[in-house]
Amino acid sequence: MSDTTKNEYIQHKSRRKFLKGLAAGVGLIAMPGKDASASVWEEFFQKHFRELSKDELKVVIGRLEKEYSKKFAKQVTVKTTPPIEGVLYGYGLDLSRCIGCRRCVYACVKENNQSRDPQIHWIRVLQLDKEKGVDLSHAEHYYNPEKVPEKGHFYMPVQCQQCEKPPCTKVCPVQATWKENDGIVVVDYNWCIGCRYCMAACPYGARHFNWGKPGLPVAEMNPVTHYLGNRPRPKGVVEKCTFCIQRTREQPGRYPACEEICPVGARKFGNLLDPNSEIRYLIENKRVFKLKDDLNTQPKFFYFYAT
Amino acid sequence: MKNIWNFFAGTLVLISKGSKAYYCWVLFLLVLMAIGASAYVHQLNEGLIVTAMRDQVSWGFYISNFTFMVGVAAAAVLLVIPAYVYGWGPIKEFAVLGELLAVSAIVMCLLFVTVDIGHPERFWHLIPKIGLLNFPQSLLAWDVVVLNTYLVLNLTISIYILYNLYYKREPNHHFYTPLVLLSIPSAISIHTVTAFLYNGLGARPFWNSSILVPRFLASAFCSGPAFMLLIFLLVRKYTKFKIKDEAIQKVAEIMAYAMFINLLLLGAELFKEYYTDTIHLASVQYLFQGLHGHSALVPYIWTAMIFNVTAFFLFLIPATRRNNITLVIGCILVFVGVYIEKGMGLVIPGFIPDTLHEIYEYSPSGTELLLAMGIWATGLFVYTMLLRVAIPILNRDFHVADDGVGSYIGDQMFLIQQKPEEEPESVETH
Ligand code: SF4
Ligand code: SF4
Repeated sequence: MSDTTKNEYIQHKSRRKFLKGLAAGVGLIAMPGKDASASVWEEFFQKHFRELSKDELKVVIGRLEKEYSKKFAKQVTVKTTPPIEGVLYGYGLDLSRCIGCRRCVYACVKENNQSRDPQIHWIRVLQLDKEKGVDLSHAEHYYNPEKVPEKGHFYMPVQCQQCEKPPCTKVCPVQATWKENDGIVVVDYNWCIGCRYCMAACPYGARHFNWGKPGLPVAEMNPVTHYLGNRPRPKGVVEKCTFCIQRTREQPGRYPACEEICPVGARKFGNLLDPNSEIRYLIENKRVFKLKDDLNTQPKFFYFYAT
Repeated sequence: MKNIWNFFAGTLVLISKGSKAYYCWVLFLLVLMAIGASAYVHQLNEGLIVTAMRDQVSWGFYISNFTFMVGVAAAAVLLVIPAYVYGWGPIKEFAVLGELLAVSAIVMCLLFVTVDIGHPERFWHLIPKIGLLNFPQSLLAWDVVVLNTYLVLNLTISIYILYNLYYKREPNHHFYTPLVLLSIPSAISIHTVTAFLYNGLGARPFWNSSILVPRFLASAFCSGPAFMLLIFLLVRKYTKFKIKDEAIQKVAEIMAYAMFINLLLLGAELFKEYYTDTIHLASVQYLFQGLHGHSALVPYIWTAMIFNVTAFFLFLIPATRRNNITLVIGCILVFVGVYIEKGMGLVIPGFIPDTLHEIYEYSPSGTELLLAMGIWATGLFVYTMLLRVAIPILNRDFHVADDGVGSYIGDQMFLIQQKPEEEPESVETH
């Protein structure tokens, strides 16, 4: 959402007053454990990410880094790198190359600190019949042969399509999810109330809920995180692919983990606003299609056949 | 201020008194509520993983119940229209019974939503100005607004009327009549907005149909009055409150029409899906026939269909409509039928098959069932308490004592079998 709307939401004064009153009231009734109490209350009263002033943001990040570092016994950083001017990310996926090995799925899990148990995958690879083409109703979700690719099949990975017109953000009752200026749709895990309306609205099954407490092994935790991306999530909130916001927004940027790992180079990533980028070349020169184009969600995830 | 306190203290004394049946009923509800509460504590500790919901079917039994209860809440008040049009006697009495039912139903709605969300303690994010309510973009934000408005409106009307009657004043109809009239469009609005909530999702073809709103309203006009009728019959039998036969007959007749429209709209929907036979048929097929060997909902929806059609005929045929036994059977059939059809039958197939055409079969877990039972008990408890106060007040059995401070209680027992005066239980003789 744009800055003008953002400004409308800023009503610091009335809110502070209310929150102070509420804090006093609630505080009297139930005090959490002595040492935990301060940060628990801070977390409870934390404002929406986009309404935090610079100083408030610093405090929040400090608190989170301390909490995560202690929990995972390593130095964890939580970045808040903003979008880069003049960048709109786009993703290309070459269906003629993908062999369905699911390496991207697991690279993503590792990079983005998804819960191992209960299992959360941001990427779902579908096995389709060559005879039937892109027909989701005949997709096999849990194919598990000795060796891929299997004869007569092709594979189609699906993840968040970073829609230009995302139905998921429109429906969120508390604006806990929104589209950033570089086109990435993000979630504030500290603001999401866990109503799951966005999951009902997403046409691509791209949003995942933390049904239970995320199981993230200490040793496997990736300590380089972004507030809107791969930082550890609490239970009861929604999460999704962010095009590896913690990597792609850096300068010099890094590719998303899924594109880096792909053994056959089926994945392409780049800046849609840069006329010389590879992704622009693909869109202009290959046969490209978008999934469920008829819904007018305008995905920035392009499927194509290079050969 | 003092008067309000005295009124409140009086109602507390009143609800502590009653017959054995009343005590047993209340105790029974309290036990169920306690069970529900402990299920909720369990769910809070473990997370929603104790439910059977998963990413594929991300809303389940709680939201199904919520959807159904919105219909009950809406229709309870809509009965004020016929009461007014046909002049069934003082409109305020019908309005009060209906509005109190609406209040209880909305309480249940709010509870069902609360137990469904992952972070209920973040409720304040929904308060405009303080949190960040996504109004007017999100239909859920609309729902928050209309449901709370409706709750406040109904509480205001009923408390205003009851409070004045308690102090032996005639409630000012210039004040309450406009509010009662306002509650009619707002009853329609809560159900419309709730239907839009599903309707507006392009991702879910099963819900993305323009007759969803009329279908919702038609079925609400069946289930809400069915419950009201049962309450009317009970209240008439076990308290001193009088309700004319004629009123009951009219309600049953209205339900027959509403059920006809409901079935007609369903038929239109089925025709469209089956005749065009696109891939969007999958959800309907799953619901009515089963899909790829998955058929968990099939027995339920057919039960609902049989119940609804049977009830339609029971209400349509004057003889069965006038017979109290078939009338009660009809009401129960409608209530259960619509509960299945507009609850699980509406919500779950929206998710099956899911957006990537995976089929995950959902049926509520034990925790979900216990918790939902607890919320139903809470709703019934609230309604019982409200009626315990309202009915004696409307009967002039509970009002301020002559000293102007204490209260007079003429109805110590509440629930006891009343002697039929003018044969309300008349059996059909031709
Ligand atoms: S794919 Fe789904 S989650 Fe991603 S932006 Fe589109 S609607 Fe939102
Ligand atoms: S689950 Fe969270 S992000 Fe999704 S709609 Fe609800 S509050 Fe918004």
